[in-house]
Amino acid sequence: MSAGLLILIKFTLLSGIVLMYVALGGCFSEHSGVINIALEGVMVIGALFGILTLCTLPKNLPGFLIVTISILVAMISGMIYSSLLAFASINLKADQTIGGTALNILATAIALVVVKHYNSTISPDAQSPKLNFDNSLFIFNVGPFTLNVFIILGIILLIVSHFVLYKTRFGLHLRACGEHPQAADSVGINVYKMRWAGVLISGALAGIGGMAYIVPSVQDWNFEVGVGGMGFLALAVMIFGKWNPGYIFLGSLFFAVFKSLANIYDSTFLANFHLTKEIYSMMPFIASLIVLMFTSKNSKAPKAEGIPYDKGMR
Amino acid sequence: MADYVIEMLGISKYFPGIKANDNITLQLKRGEIHALLGENGAGKSTLMSILFGLYQPDEGVIKKDGQIVKINNPNDANDLRIGMVHQHFKLVECYSVLDNIILGVEPNVAGILHKQEAREKIMELSKKYGLQIDPDAIVENITVGMQQRVEILKMLYRDNDVLIFDEPTAVLTPQEITELMQIMKKLAAEGKSILFISHKLAEIMTVADRCSVLRKGKYIGTVDIKDTTAEGLSTMMVGRKVNLKLDKKKATPGEIILDVDNLTVSSNSSKKEAVKNVSFNVRRGEIVCIAGIEGNGQAELIQAITGLTKQKSGKIVLCDKDISHESIRYRSEHGMSHIPEDRHKHGLVLDYDLAQNIVLQRYREPEFSKFGFIKFDAVKKYAEKLIKKFDVRCGQGTDTIVRSMSGGNQQKAIIAREIDKNPELLITVQPTRGLDVGAIEYIHKAIIEQRDAGKAVLLVSLELDEVLNLSDRILVMYEGELVGEFKSSDVTTETLGLYMTGAKKDNITKEVTK
Repeated sequence: MSAGLLILIKFTLLSGIVLMYVALGGCFSEHSGVINIALEGVMVIGALFGILTLCTLPKNLPGFLIVTISILVAMISGMIYSSLLAFASINLKADQTIGGTALNILATAIALVVVKHYNSTISPDAQSPKLNFDNSLFIFNVGPFTLNVFIILGIILLIVSHFVLYKTRFGLHLRACGEHPQAADSVGINVYKMRWAGVLISGALAGIGGMAYIVPSVQDWNFEVGVGGMGFLALAVMIFGKWNPGYIFLGSLFFAVFKSLANIYDSTFLANFHLTKEIYSMMPFIASLIVLMFTSKNSKAPKAEGIPYDKGMR
Repeated sequence: MADYVIEMLGISKYFPGIKANDNITLQLKRGEIHALLGENGAGKSTLMSILFGLYQPDEGVIKKDGQIVKINNPNDANDLRIGMVHQHFKLVECYSVLDNIILGVEPNVAGILHKQEAREKIMELSKKYGLQIDPDAIVENITVGMQQRVEILKMLYRDNDVLIFDEPTAVLTPQEITELMQIMKKLAAEGKSILFISHKLAEIMTVADRCSVLRKGKYIGTVDIKDTTAEGLSTMMVGRKVNLKLDKKKATPGEIILDVDNLTVSSNSSKKEAVKNVSFNVRRGEIVCIAGIEGNGQAELIQAITGLTKQKSGKIVLCDKDISHESIRYRSEHGMSHIPEDRHKHGLVLDYDLAQNIVLQRYREPEFSKFGFIKFDAVKKYAEKLIKKFDVRCGQGTDTIVRSMSGGNQQKAIIAREIDKNPELLITVQPTRGLDVGAIEYIHKAIIEQRDAGKAVLLVSLELDEVLNLSDRILVMYEGELVGEFKSSDVTTETLGLYMTGAKKDNITKEVTK
């Protein structure tokens, strides 16, 4: 196996798993009928608090505990942040896209304030927007591959997601709320409750996704860049994946290949083309534009997504 | 056991500014089919919504098996074994038939679905009541008739013994209606008690045992069907004698207004051609009806003529002008009026007010706008005029949001708009779908008046009574082709039925019409 291919696989796995977490999150939210465009922001918040936990936990704790607790914190903070969207769009019946966009803008701002404050408590002069952390606990090697805990957890959650959505009563109720909330209501399903559940699950998954994006690949992160559009890319993956966990997994690998080109272009045959790194960085977004152009026409989107549910409406 | 399975005694329900139900009493016997008759807005739906727990009555009590019960929501109704087939089906379209039936009451172990036992119970019920379904078919792929059987099975699966049918035949073909009537009789024979909301007198006469009539929120009375006639019922419902048979003069066709030549149109739903080489014309002063079973290309044909879709080939000529490639607006401004089949989708902007809907096509005319600004005063005045002239009933006058109006009045608003444009050609598709006798009478009269005023009228209808009563000339459409042409005066329902189902076929040439 050539070195180039190995690196490609490594980076594809790294970002593919991130896209999968977040797209699965979006999938739960949209199946319940709420468009969660705030995934990008939820990722930032999840990553922020997950990494802060990682930085502040005493180093003498067992590694297993540190990993579990920081991932749990990322998850819970994602849920709390997305509950803002749930409250606005479900209880107040606000426009979901506008609410989500506001949360996206807010998230990076919150992250900067918190990170700068945290840094200044360590050394009073520091105003850096960066967090430094140790990621060694999350990474392990299997043969020639470097894997991380997020990959293992992600595969488990992928299988669980599929099972929950299609084999359980909860999944049947959840999807009914996104397709035809009036029908769900008429058979005694509480649409508001199911939509809250959908949004909270999406917050949990996107929270982990935010952490999975940053922690395994670097040792410090500048929160001025948020999560670099991964949340939006995940929305594209979700649409490409037809709101179905299995296809979402394939879709995230597909987009991850494009995403990884920027990481490997100088060490492989791609170097011969003499293109700048920026071109390759644009690749996944261009790919998503093109793919969505062709696939969105026969889209399988939940029919009632984006429409606030109002019991009184006929 | 009490004689009555359900008693609603002295029920009143007030909405702001309106008494929807005023001291209504309804008593349902065990094992009977009890029809609830009334015009749109008479309070039938409100009464049934109270029984189903969607509304709370302001006065009165509900008794189940002689016991006073309180029904706060559909779950309570379900616990009392009261089930309802809503007029607009409550089915999740991308789910299988099975999933739709069990939704909300799934057999499960620790939240994990166990569909096998559900499947057995459903198939048993399906067999017992003759409700043909395919449990694994996806709901969006099955016919409306089967969707309704799924709704019925949903109630039976929940062991409901009081079944409410809210205008169940509005969406069905004549064959499906017959089938439904048989199913309802079978259900009643098995001891289920049925409440059947309808304003179609013929169906009530066929299937019901007793009938309660509401008018303007008030209870008029309950009669045994065997002691009454359709005329008697309609008088009770409307409060005056209604002419069920239309009076109309003989048509005097003039010159050709609409000429359709070898028109071919692709299907909306598949890759096939929905309209194949269709040629016909409509003359001044006649009503031409396209009859046929739903889905034989009528919808596509009208969409091509009105410009909603592009035809594949062929020519459409309106008043000697070739309009085959003109825009919808051009057609509308050059003498074409269209009363569409789906009034919510193509006829109205539901969240606009009545005045705005009435000038929807004409807001650009100098009468209603200046330099791109709408003259709201003029619009309002014009709308008020039409509301009066066409007797559109609306709560807040021209400011009424159309969504809140009843179906009959929405339809009247469209008819007012389309007729007052003074068109050469009036195209009207299923103009009386889902409307009550009073409104139907009004609309039929309006259409005939247009004909007598020298307009050409093209009518598409699925209801044979309407086809025969209203039209002067009938064209039968089957699988995208015109297969028969008749004068309405010398054809019977039976003959039309043969042509509509493809059992008989003629070669249609335009010369026949001369």
